Amino acid sequence: MKPEPKELPIEPMDLQMGPSHPATHGTIKFNLKLEGEKVLACETEVGYLHRGFDKMSEQATWTQVIPYTDRLNYVSPLINNVGYALAVEKLLGVETPPRCQFIRTIMSEISRVTDHLTCCGMAASELGAITAGFYMIEARELLMRIIEAVTGARLTISYVRIGGLKHDLTPNFAEQVAQAFRKVRQLLSDCDKLLSRNRIFIDRMSNVGVISRETAIDYGLTGPILRSTGVNYDVRKANPYLIYDRLEFTVPLGTQGDNYDRFICRIQEIEQSMKIVEQALKNLPPGPISLDDPRVVLPEKEKVYNSIEGLMHHFKIIMEGIQVPPGEVYFPVEGGNGELGFYIVSQGGGKPYRVRVRPPCFIAMGAFHEMIKGYMLADIVPTFGMINMIGGECDR
Amino acid sequence: MPEESPRIQYLSGKFGALILDSHALHGDETVVICREGLLEIVRSLKEDPQMDFDFLADITAVDYLGKKEPRFEAVYHLLSLQSHRRIRVKVPVPEDQPEVDSLTPLWKGANWLEREVWDMFGIRFRGHPDLRRILLYEEFRGYPLRKDYPVNQRQPLIPERPLAGTFVDTRSDNKLLQLKQKAEHKP
Repeated sequence: MKPEPKELPIEPMDLQMGPSHPATHGTIKFNLKLEGEKVLACETEVGYLHRGFDKMSEQATWTQVIPYTDRLNYVSPLINNVGYALAVEKLLGVETPPRCQFIRTIMSEISRVTDHLTCCGMAASELGAITAGFYMIEARELLMRIIEAVTGARLTISYVRIGGLKHDLTPNFAEQVAQAFRKVRQLLSDCDKLLSRNRIFIDRMSNVGVISRETAIDYGLTGPILRSTGVNYDVRKANPYLIYDRLEFTVPLGTQGDNYDRFICRIQEIEQSMKIVEQALKNLPPGPISLDDPRVVLPEKEKVYNSIEGLMHHFKIIMEGIQVPPGEVYFPVEGGNGELGFYIVSQGGGKPYRVRVRPPCFIAMGAFHEMIKGYMLADIVPTFGMINMIGGECDR
Repeated sequence: MPEESPRIQYLSGKFGALILDSHALHGDETVVICREGLLEIVRSLKEDPQMDFDFLADITAVDYLGKKEPRFEAVYHLLSLQSHRRIRVKVPVPEDQPEVDSLTPLWKGANWLEREVWDMFGIRFRGHPDLRRILLYEEFRGYPLRKDYPVNQRQPLIPERPLAGTFVDTRSDNKLLQLKQKAEHKP
């Protein structure tokens, strides 16, 4: 007798992905519930890189926090520096000279380009497009060299100071940038040919990780993820800071809210950022790069060694810290991944009472289960890649 | 004293005694509200077309140990995607009953942000669906961003091995380590 064909039992399977997984460029763990290859539920565990940024900042003087901010989003550290410095300056009630504002804008935008290049390049190479990945990393390297020439470091740059900058741009900065941008544009057009109409790439990215406009707002998503759903929200346009209100640029928007739109948004933002840098360089005014205020900015070394006042100001800032009046401010800037906000509380004195960062990719990771629900296990890789989670910023 | 913004005036007209204080220091509009009115006021901030703060930007807290009474303050930053205005809502939270209403019914994004505040400050959120630690591990004791949590306190899950000849943090006021060392010295 032939046995009756039995229905195969389908039981949901639990799978732990991470905390150290080759396709997750950050330490993070997904507790997945799978039905076959379909993701039924995903629970995200973060915090593996928690170092206590907030607590450390409370022990340091206002200036000493700047190196800590480098280590938040370490693929675009200049934006973190700028955001923190702007928040403290808002609390101090001071405004930096025009040249400083221009340089901060230029460096922020170069940083944004490196951020997007890292994100897109890594996402592409994780999907097998390793050539495009290397092209983008090469483009990033060109800009990293410029950043290194100006700041002296590649990632942990600590370039911005409260009330100014560490030092001025290099003398041939404009030429270097023009040269690098020419090559970056070339590489990007190559990548465009490799990826944008590539069947495999589109199949993996398009209609994957879709999030609706309403859900994106519900979860507080910002940056390219929110803009890929068609919401026109960019802090540079919404609450302009530095010189963004005087510059011409557009905010690229998507329609579908899927990974492909996020990718295209980021690639188009690279072009916009390069335009911003070119405009700012064209109009770069001469003048001082730091405030002329001995209570905030360290005096020149010549004054320190040759006058008692200079030595006193130097000593006061180093030993006691900049005296910031009591109060609280929230200052948002547009980071590579979205709204990067600094909420700073001062109780007077040389140390911050509370430094809180609104980390855009922490909030995006909070919506990850929503983005991946109902898709395949392999779709986690591009979806996670396009969030661009940076452990330093997510876990602080 | 600067002129109060129309939004704050509108709020104090509508909720009266629930609004404890308001200011616009450095241009950041701020209302300090009673914790009983949190959900009601924030819902009205979100849904009232006059306010239209439809985006929850951030939730955090501050510990004012010995500086202010009540000790904690939960801080909410809201944003309007239409007008791009921002408002800060602060809720004083007493030390003996650190509990406020959860905003998860209004925004799903409040989930992780509130979990972080619980993790770091030990403020409970009533009605939160899944209030667990998020950045730290479940076995962690205490709330590190409270001002009375010692900076050098270490809580390793796996006991740390003392390595001869390597750096030893002698400044550490690590109570656990000290206790352990004391126990080891006892025969």
